[in-house]
Amino acid sequence: MESHAKRIEGRHAELIAAEDVLLFVHAAITSTGQREFRSGEAEQRMSLDFLHEYVRVNYRPLYAASLALDINDHNAALIVRRLLETAGEVTAEERRTEGRLIAARLARLPAPRVYRLFRALRTAKVNNRRTRAIMRDWLAARPDPALDAVKYRSGLKCAARHAHLPLGHRGEADGDVGGELATELGDFLFAPRRRKRFATPLLDAWRRAHYEQGAVYELPFTVAEGFAAAHGIGRRAFLENIAPRMTRLERLRAQESARTLGADTAAADLTRMPLTRLASYVLGLSLDDRAARRAELTAALRAAARRAAGAQAGTWGRVAAVLDDSFSTTGSRQKRRRPLAVALACHFLLEALAGAYVPLWTSGRQDALLAHPYGPTPLGMRLLDALECAPERLVIVSDGWDNAPPGMAGEVLRAWRTRIDREGRTSVVHLNPVYDAEDFAVRRLSASVPTAGVRMAEDLPALAQLARFAEGRTGLAELRAHLDDRVRRFLEDVPDGAGGAA
Amino acid sequence: MSRLDLSGLSVRPAQVWGGVRLVPLVRAEPITDLRLHREVYADDESCGSGPSTVAADRHTSYIPHGFVANWTGDGSPAASYGSQLSDERGPVACAPLHLPRKMVQRRPKARTSDGGRSGLRFLPLHLALDGYLALHFGGPSVVWEEWTRRAVREGLSPRAETAYRGGQVRGLGDALRIFEIHPGQCGVLVYVADALAAAFVVPHPDDYRALHPSLLHDLYGELMYQFALYGGPVPEFTARISPEHITSLADLRSAAERCQREWELQHDGLMAGALLDASYDVRQVYRMGRFRLSRFLPPFALHRTQHIGETITDGRGRVAYLKTFRLSDKQVRRGHVLHRLAAHDWHIGATAAAMGISGQELMRRVRHLGFEGLLRVHR
Repeated sequence: MESHAKRIEGRHAELIAAEDVLLFVHAAITSTGQREFRSGEAEQRMSLDFLHEYVRVNYRPLYAASLALDINDHNAALIVRRLLETAGEVTAEERRTEGRLIAARLARLPAPRVYRLFRALRTAKVNNRRTRAIMRDWLAARPDPALDAVKYRSGLKCAARHAHLPLGHRGEADGDVGGELATELGDFLFAPRRRKRFATPLLDAWRRAHYEQGAVYELPFTVAEGFAAAHGIGRRAFLENIAPRMTRLERLRAQESARTLGADTAAADLTRMPLTRLASYVLGLSLDDRAARRAELTAALRAAARRAAGAQAGTWGRVAAVLDDSFSTTGSRQKRRRPLAVALACHFLLEALAGAYVPLWTSGRQDALLAHPYGPTPLGMRLLDALECAPERLVIVSDGWDNAPPGMAGEVLRAWRTRIDREGRTSVVHLNPVYDAEDFAVRRLSASVPTAGVRMAEDLPALAQLARFAEGRTGLAELRAHLDDRVRRFLEDVPDGAGGAA
Repeated sequence: MSRLDLSGLSVRPAQVWGGVRLVPLVRAEPITDLRLHREVYADDESCGSGPSTVAADRHTSYIPHGFVANWTGDGSPAASYGSQLSDERGPVACAPLHLPRKMVQRRPKARTSDGGRSGLRFLPLHLALDGYLALHFGGPSVVWEEWTRRAVREGLSPRAETAYRGGQVRGLGDALRIFEIHPGQCGVLVYVADALAAAFVVPHPDDYRALHPSLLHDLYGELMYQFALYGGPVPEFTARISPEHITSLADLRSAAERCQREWELQHDGLMAGALLDASYDVRQVYRMGRFRLSRFLPPFALHRTQHIGETITDGRGRVAYLKTFRLSDKQVRRGHVLHRLAAHDWHIGATAAAMGISGQELMRRVRHLGFEGLLRVHR
C-alpha cells in the first residue's frame, strides 16, 4: 500500500514539475518584460524574474535546456546571464553542457543583444574564467570584426575590457585577418587618435566621416545616421545615398518614411522577409494603402508563409482557425499590434499548412489583409462557427480574454469535448501571444484545451507539438525526452550567419 | 413623475477590471439627427478648464468639458466638432433663479465655426447637480427674493456637495482603457464594487467612441470613490453551460445563445433595477426640434439607491442622451428634507407634523444637514 501511495505521490510531483517547466517555457516565449495591453512593464518584469528564479533553482538542467526552444531573445539573454552568475551551483559536467547550450544560443542571438548581455555581466561583476571564455569564443566567431567595432563600438569596447581580450594578438592566431587589423582594432577602440589613418577601409571611413560627408555613406546605416545628423544632411538625401548599405530589415523599417519623403530608394524585397515581421509591417500600413497594394502584400505574405511551412505545407488536412482581432490586440506602445500581427501571420501560415482552411476572425470580418483591432471578443460564438466546419485541427490565436460573454469559449470547448467529440477527432490548440503577469502564465481558455505561448507565427508547428504536454496527461519523463531531442538538434544545427549584424 | 425608458438599447455582457464593471449598451438603430460632441475649453475665458472660481470665491467648480448637442431638421448627421462659446443668454432654466453662469446655452448660428449649424452647449452633470440644489430654492410659494438676490451675488452658498473626478476613482482609468467597445455601442453603465455609479448614453456610436474617455473626467459621488478605494475586485459573471443535455453542435449553439440572453434579463432586473424602476421628477430645461433636454430628480425616498441626472429624450420619451450621478445617503437625506419642506410650503410646523416629528426635531435635522442659513433667512 505504502509503495503504491508513494508511486502516486511521485507521479504527482512529476506532473507538477512538468507543469512548472512548461509554464516557464511559455512565459519565456511570450513575455519580453515590456508593457502589454493589460499589464504594465514593472508587473511583467517582476513576474518574469520570479519565474526565472524559481525554475533555475528547482529545475536547473531544464532551465538551461530551454535555451534550445523557441523562447524569445530577451529571455534567452536572461537565462544565459543567470546561468553564468550562478555557475558555482553546479558540477563541472553540468557546466560543460550549459556552456555548449550558451554558446549555441549566443551564436543565434542578434549582436546588439549579446553586447548588451556582456555589459550586464560587467555591471553584475560576473567575470569567471568560463564567462571570459564564452565571450572570447563568441567574439572570435564574429564574421567581420571591423564592422562590429564601428557598429557596436562601445559594446565591443566593454566586452574587450571585461574579458581581457588581447586585441593586439588576435590576428596572429587567426590566419585570415591580418595582424594589421588586430592591432588597428585595439587602437580604434581605445586610442583612435593615435593613428593618422587606418588601413582597414571601414575603420578609416569612420575616421573620415567626422569631417567628410562622403565617408558617411561608407558606414553601416545606424552609424551613418548619427553622422548624418551631425553633418546636418537632409533625411531624404541621406536615405537615398545610404540605401545600398542598409540591411534588409533596416530597409523594411525605413521603407514607409522614405516613401513619404519621396526618397528614391530601392524598395525592400518583401517576399524575402520573415513572416511575423512582415505581418507587423502590413499592419503598420493604413487601410487604404493595404487595399491599394493588396496583390503585392498578399503575395509577399503567402511566400513567407510557404517558406515557414516548408515540407509540412498542405499536410494538415482540414483546418479551422479562430483568430482574435478584438481591441485588445492593439498591444501596447512597446508591442504595437503584436498580438494581431501574430494572428495575421498564423492565418497565412495555416493557409499554407492546411489542405482546406476556414479562418474566422472574432470581429466577423472576412478580409484578413484589412484586419484592425476593434470591438469585443465573442470567442465562444466564433468557436461554434469553427466547430461547425468539422475541422481536423482547430487553432485558436487569442490572448485568452473572452468577454462577450466572459468564459463562453471555455464552456463551449468543455461541453464539446465532454459531450460531442469524446474521441478527440479534432485536435484543438490555443496559442496565446500575451503573457499574463498576474497568473505567471499565458491565460488558458479551458482546461480541456492545451495552451501554448507564441511569439513568432513561424514556430506554430513546434508549439502545437509542445502544447501536447500542457494537457496535463504527460509527465516529466516525456517532456524531458522532448527537450533532450530539441537540445540535440539545437546543438547540431549550425546557425546560418552569426547573429543579425549583417 | 416618469421612468427612464431605455428601450432601443440592449445590454451586452459586462467587462470587469478590478472593482469596476462596465456594461455596454448597444443601440440597434443609431439616432443620426442628434449628435453630441465633446467641447474642450481652452482657457478660463468663460467657464474655464480645471478649477475655476465663480462669484467671489464662494463656489469652486471643476468643469473639465462640456458637450454640444447639434440637431438638424432633415435628419442628416451633424458635424461633431468645432465649437465656440457665446455670451448670449439662452432661455431661462426651470428655476427662476439667475445663476451667475448659465449651464445651458444656445449657440447662435453665426458664431459656430462649422458654418452656421446651431447647437446647444451644456455641461454634463453639473447641470444636474445645480438642479438638485436649485429646485427648491426657486420655490413658488415663499418669497425668496432676498435669497435669490444673494445667490446671484454670491453663488449658491449652502453648497457642500463633494464630487470626485473619474481619474481619482481607483481602477476606473484602467478599466476604461482596456474596455473593448462593442460595434454599435451607444452607452455604458459604470458599476463600482457592483453599485451603479453612472449611466451614460449618447445618440450615436461615433459619439460614444469619441466621448468614451470623457468618462474619466466626469464627476462621481464620494460614495463611488470610497467603494473603489475599499471594495475588492468584483467577480465576473462567467457563462455556464450544463453539458448534460447536449448531444449535438446545434444543442450547444442554442445553449450558448440562451446563456447570452440570460445575462441581459438578469442585468436589467438585478443590477440596473434601482435606476430603471424609480420614478423621477423630470423638469424640462430646453426643447430643440423633437428632442427635449431635461434634468431629473429622484423621489428622495430614504435608504434607497438614487440618481440624479439629465437626459435628452425624443418625441416618444426614449432616451437619446443620459447622464446620471449617484447620490450619497447624506445627499438623499438632504433632498428628502428639502422635498418635504417644499411640499408644505416651507412651513416648519406643517412639515414636521407630516413627518411625524416635532418642529424642533425638524429644525435640528435641517441644521444638521447644513441648511441652517436658510432657516435663519426664513425667520
